[in-house]
Amino acid sequence: MDTVLEIIQEIRPDVDFITCTTLIDDGVLDSFDIITIIAEIEENLDIAIPAWEIVPENFNSAEALQALVDRLDD
Amino acid sequence: MLFTSWTFVIYASVSVLLYYILPKKLQPKILLVSSIIFYAYAGVEYLLFLFATIITVFIATNKIEDLKETQKANLSNFSDKAQKKEYKAKIHLKQKKWFLSCLILNFGILAVVKYTDFVISNINVVVNTVSEGSSLPLLNIILPMGISFYTFQSMSYLIDVFWGKQKAERNFFNYALFASFFPQMIQGPISRYSDLSKTMFSVHKFEQNNFYSACVRVLYGYFKKMIIADRLIPVIALLVANPDQYQGIYVIAVMFLYAICLYADFTGGIDITIGVAKMFGIDLVENFNKPFLSVSIAEYWRKWHITMGTWFRDYIFYPLSVSKKMLKFTTKSRKVFGGNLGKRIPVYVSTMILWFLTGLWHGAAWNFIVWGMVNGLVILISQELSPLYAKFHKKFPKAKTSKSYFAFSVFRTFWLMNIIRVFDCYANVPLTFKMFGSIFTNLSINEFLTQGLAGLGVSSVSYIAALYGTIFLLFVGYITRKSEKFEDIAKRQNYITKTAIVFFLVFSIIIFGAYGIGFDSSQFIYNQF
Repeated sequence: MDTVLEIIQEIRPDVDFITCTTLIDDGVLDSFDIITIIAEIEENLDIAIPAWEIVPENFNSAEALQALVDRLDD
Repeated sequence: MLFTSWTFVIYASVSVLLYYILPKKLQPKILLVSSIIFYAYAGVEYLLFLFATIITVFIATNKIEDLKETQKANLSNFSDKAQKKEYKAKIHLKQKKWFLSCLILNFGILAVVKYTDFVISNINVVVNTVSEGSSLPLLNIILPMGISFYTFQSMSYLIDVFWGKQKAERNFFNYALFASFFPQMIQGPISRYSDLSKTMFSVHKFEQNNFYSACVRVLYGYFKKMIIADRLIPVIALLVANPDQYQGIYVIAVMFLYAICLYADFTGGIDITIGVAKMFGIDLVENFNKPFLSVSIAEYWRKWHITMGTWFRDYIFYPLSVSKKMLKFTTKSRKVFGGNLGKRIPVYVSTMILWFLTGLWHGAAWNFIVWGMVNGLVILISQELSPLYAKFHKKFPKAKTSKSYFAFSVFRTFWLMNIIRVFDCYANVPLTFKMFGSIFTNLSINEFLTQGLAGLGVSSVSYIAALYGTIFLLFVGYITRKSEKFEDIAKRQNYITKTAIVFFLVFSIIIFGAYGIGFDSSQFIYNQF
């Protein structure tokens, strides 16, 4: 498991992460999902997402989340 | 100054008048002076607490911003990466000192004024079990009006500045207004600086249509508070004050009436707050989004007192859940309980801490703490049951979209919340459990059938008024079902209809509202928090 998409698909297999760009705005992901995603990213990619980065813009799509992870990795 | 008093109506009207007739550039100053006088009216001594928060937060956030700017200016002087890192760490440490001192001071003030006597009473209980008669005296410290609300609002701003999400306000008067804006001092909403600053400091021209919709919002707030909440409060107060007499089915009546009453009271107060702010051209965030149509407790809490929920989520739940300690705990938990359950346990621990603090925020009493913990527990149970729900929906795919299943889910959530909310009502936790028990042991159905609620000594006019108000509430709920606000629908109407709406609201309040000589208008329930 090495990409953000794979991680989030594993957590919520019922969600279409490829096309959905309103994961937070439409309430598709809740705070439980977000924390689980952050813990998985920390565990699998060794990247810590701080609390102030937990904003809708960073979690609304798989692409945005990947961009956040890339930015933090830099 | 009660929202339902003439003093407030006159005070707000004069403030609005001065706001528009004096030079426009004075508008924020007029609001600040109005806010300070409003607060002083509640108690001049309270001003000391408010000023302490305003001054300390303003200084700390400006120092943090200064350090940020110094770092930006000096960072280019370092060519070595390690030196840059060291310099950044040094600046961050200084920022952290300002941040933590201010945070601890302000939450410390809140803790002392709100929880000292609660701690002393608990110590006394423990001490008395060991040696009888040796009690510490209660300090009876004054509780400044709205301290929980303005402290939380100010701390959200402080944290955002420290996190770099928000630039510090350099104008002291602007910041003071953000922290003390009078319509929201009594019961929130707990606004974020980024939201409020969009409209708070700019110049506003008087716009008739905007003012009309603000008036409708205010009147609708008074309608809810005076026709429903203030009519039901005496009934509920009587039922909970005589627990020996009113058991069983009367407890169920308390649950139901309290749900309607609290909704009317709190949303009515917020309507008045948002409407008055709108009269000044200031947009406040909404605090409710049809909570009684929620299909789960978690959804209910995303729709009820939204600004408090998001505050606890953003500043407690998230930082706690993603903290290094919690992530380490996740790793350990996985080893002990396995991958699936192990990763959920730390989130559940954060959730229970969140709900413990939410309960404590509501009041310095075990009732509120138990209420908070029960909320958290129900959310966790429903989270654990989610695979079961998923199986059910897989087997019955039509259920998810069927109206009857939606109605069932709404009904279940409504009554589940009613049951949890009873912890707010009775004097203490053991009594609340006793009253729950009475539903199964002493239903009192005969008394209820013979005298109902009419035998409580409360005039039948109160029930008729509350029913009338509730029917109108349901009607407004229906016409606003597509997320449109009542006042926005009202302002689109023609002149005659617009006038009729205002007359309807005003005359309903005059005819059915609870007020006048001999009537002790109730403080808003959320003001006590």
